[in-house]
Amino acid sequence: MTHPLVSVRDLVIGAVTDSGREVEIIRSVSFDIQPGEIVALIGESGSGKTTIALSLMGHCRPGCSIGSGSISLGDKTVTDLSEPQRAALRGTEVSYVPQSAAAAFNPSQRIMDQVIEVTDIHNLMPRKEAEEKAVELFRALALPDPDSIGQRYPHQVSGGQLQRLSAAMALIGDPSLVIFDEPTTALDVTTQIEVLRAFRSVMDHSSMAGVYVSHDLAVVAQIADRIIVLKGGEIQEVGSTRDILENPQHPYTKELLAAFDPVPFVSARAQDVERRKPILEVKNLSAGYGAVVKGVPNFKVLDNINFRMERGTNLGVIGESGSGKSTLARAVAGILPRYQGDVLSDGEELRADLKDRTKDQLRRIQIVFQLADTALNPSQSVGSILARPLHFYHGLDRKARERRVIELLDMVQLPSNMRHRLPGELSGGQKQRVNFARALAAEPELILCDEITSALDTVVAAAMLDLLKELQRDLGLSYIFISHDLSTVEAICDEVLVMYKGKLVEALPAASMSQDAAHPYSRLLISSVPQLDPDWLVNLEHDPEMIRAMDGR
Amino acid sequence: MLRSLTTWVLVGQRLGIALITLVIVSFAVFFATEMLPGDVAEILLGQAATPEAVAGLREAMGLNEPAFSRFLGWLGGLATGDMGRSYVNDIEVVDLLGRRLGNSLRLAAVVTMICVPFALTCGIAAAMWQGSLLDRAVSILTISVISVPEFMVATLAVLIFAVWLGWLPALSYGADATSFVALIKAYAMPVITLTCVVSAQMIRMTRAAVIETINTPYVEMALLKGASRRRMVLRHALPNALGPIANAVALSLSYLVGGVIIVETVFNYPGVAKLMVDAVATRDLPLIQSCAMVFCVSYLSLITLADVIATLSNPRLRQ
Repeated sequence: MTHPLVSVRDLVIGAVTDSGREVEIIRSVSFDIQPGEIVALIGESGSGKTTIALSLMGHCRPGCSIGSGSISLGDKTVTDLSEPQRAALRGTEVSYVPQSAAAAFNPSQRIMDQVIEVTDIHNLMPRKEAEEKAVELFRALALPDPDSIGQRYPHQVSGGQLQRLSAAMALIGDPSLVIFDEPTTALDVTTQIEVLRAFRSVMDHSSMAGVYVSHDLAVVAQIADRIIVLKGGEIQEVGSTRDILENPQHPYTKELLAAFDPVPFVSARAQDVERRKPILEVKNLSAGYGAVVKGVPNFKVLDNINFRMERGTNLGVIGESGSGKSTLARAVAGILPRYQGDVLSDGEELRADLKDRTKDQLRRIQIVFQLADTALNPSQSVGSILARPLHFYHGLDRKARERRVIELLDMVQLPSNMRHRLPGELSGGQKQRVNFARALAAEPELILCDEITSALDTVVAAAMLDLLKELQRDLGLSYIFISHDLSTVEAICDEVLVMYKGKLVEALPAASMSQDAAHPYSRLLISSVPQLDPDWLVNLEHDPEMIRAMDGR
Repeated sequence: MLRSLTTWVLVGQRLGIALITLVIVSFAVFFATEMLPGDVAEILLGQAATPEAVAGLREAMGLNEPAFSRFLGWLGGLATGDMGRSYVNDIEVVDLLGRRLGNSLRLAAVVTMICVPFALTCGIAAAMWQGSLLDRAVSILTISVISVPEFMVATLAVLIFAVWLGWLPALSYGADATSFVALIKAYAMPVITLTCVVSAQMIRMTRAAVIETINTPYVEMALLKGASRRRMVLRHALPNALGPIANAVALSLSYLVGGVIIVETVFNYPGVAKLMVDAVATRDLPLIQSCAMVFCVSYLSLITLADVIATLSNPRLRQ
């Protein structure tokens, strides 16, 4: 066996909490990385995967510090170096591809200046040479207009392109180790494939080693040679990609894999559906943003949407970001007044603007937003957040409200004493449950769920879906489930609407989505969902015409 | 650097808004002074005036015309540089104000030249080495300066430099400020006092704006590229903090023209603020209105300038 490139021994990283308490967030972690090998660090948020990856660069986020243990990279021991010596390693020996390239690019500098900054900081080569090398990398990463894309500003290129540009930024200094920190998590599935392909081909053609941080096993399966499973700052299991996928040993790994198993979905469709009017019927709905000229807004988003959903059924809405999924929810809820078309509930017309709707109409349709962090007022206790709709819709007095708050918390499986806490004191999954309980407080018939599981870890999201199904059975709810994650939609919906550029492309039964899809965009979208099979990306063939049509996004 | 058409459209819009604001403000100034109690003609003629004399004077001064047409006349006069005549000493307001405004602007310019570079350096340095001894010293100093009222600073300065040490003259505007050294001596104390007052706020705002951008992912990215702390702050954080910093500087500087009455009084410096206070005491309406307009114009132009800088420094508007 050759000498490993990276060797981490008994690494302990401590953090100081806001209350001044010291906690160990990484506990005695040891692993090696061979030259040219790609190792994945996988785990949920808070498992310490990014912290470990950053420590390989000798960097800890504010509040954290390396307690004990050693990290060596090549012939240098990172943990023994001074800050300027560590800075000399960064960009030349080890480099970083960030999670959100959109945030990691300085908005006020041209892309080229930022890509070749490493060569300037470390005096690697003259500027002209560096620019030529960058253009070569742009070409290798399959970026459009490789000769001129560097002259643009970050806001002028798309998210998928920025992510590839950030890879060029990491590769320019010819490092021996590249750290990929969830580089495709923020991307649409269709874009994710292009980025993964670009990363793979660049890594295949070089002798660089890589660390790939992710929470998504299917993505990791396409790119990593070896997988390290982390939980709570400790290594649970280490093995080759195939071993981990096919023969997991640790219960936690099994749990992660189980989240990929298709969940049988039993529809809660109402029995007397024939006799009752649909809970929601949307006819020729068009909506948009901006100044309204002659009754038509400047930026049209939704274009002539038609669908109907029966009581007790769930409707999924899928599509890439910017396709108008959330706008559809906002237009149905009346937050964004439509300029054309009708929305009917139980055969009763709902006015465009929610200001013109009756209190009872408002009560019947509730919306749950994607980010519980921003949807919940951080300075109000969970109890008062839940009490507000109780007072508004049902006029309950203080005692009745208190009782009902406890009931609501029980419904979403949270302990009743949580009503005294502030949202900031809860975990992500708990916050999302409170967010959902707030919608339940109104006693609605239809809940619009806008990407409510997208920000949650796989295991937590699966539990949230189970909860939704249970509540549907008990309360006879209907959901509109907006998501970019097809497996989530498959697990809970009867029917799925595919949206593309503000238009409804196709309506498909959820159970046979992949077989029935006829429209090329639906097919592209469905085939882009990563599978656990490590050969999936290699074998995947896409309709080249559709790819071309989608290019330049 | 080339900027797109939309940028210039935005800048043009901002200037247009400033102009509209100015008209609205002039309206407010004119009618606020109109509402001051007492009849101008009666006040001018004194207690012994006969009703006929008062009526004659009102007629002569055009006070019987409707207020709105007088406002339009006044606004037209302002636009052409005619500010009317002072009621009290019958001198053209332009002459009276021009000399004082020159004094005020000179003082403001000297203070600006000293305090802007000083405050920006302190603020950026404090942000760059956040939590260091320097940062804490700067923070404590600025807080204590902000908390001390400026008459206190001014009085202390007089007590120390003029009375105890005898280095500087207590009154800053003697007629004999002929030599360069005498000039510096005359300006030293008001400038020191104003620099203290104005730069403290600027330092705090600059520090806050820079720290906010230091905590962004792209500055962390610069760190992970191996950039030094200096490079991180100066190349990556500072350009993106320019907008808020320009606004903080403009707000602090706008104080220098109209708000320095205490300093002007303590050091007996003949600036516009003092002129306005005197004008109010003597009910010299044209002078009050003109002074008020001068303050508004200086404030508006500083704020507009800051907004224009913020617009131009926004890369999203560049092409």
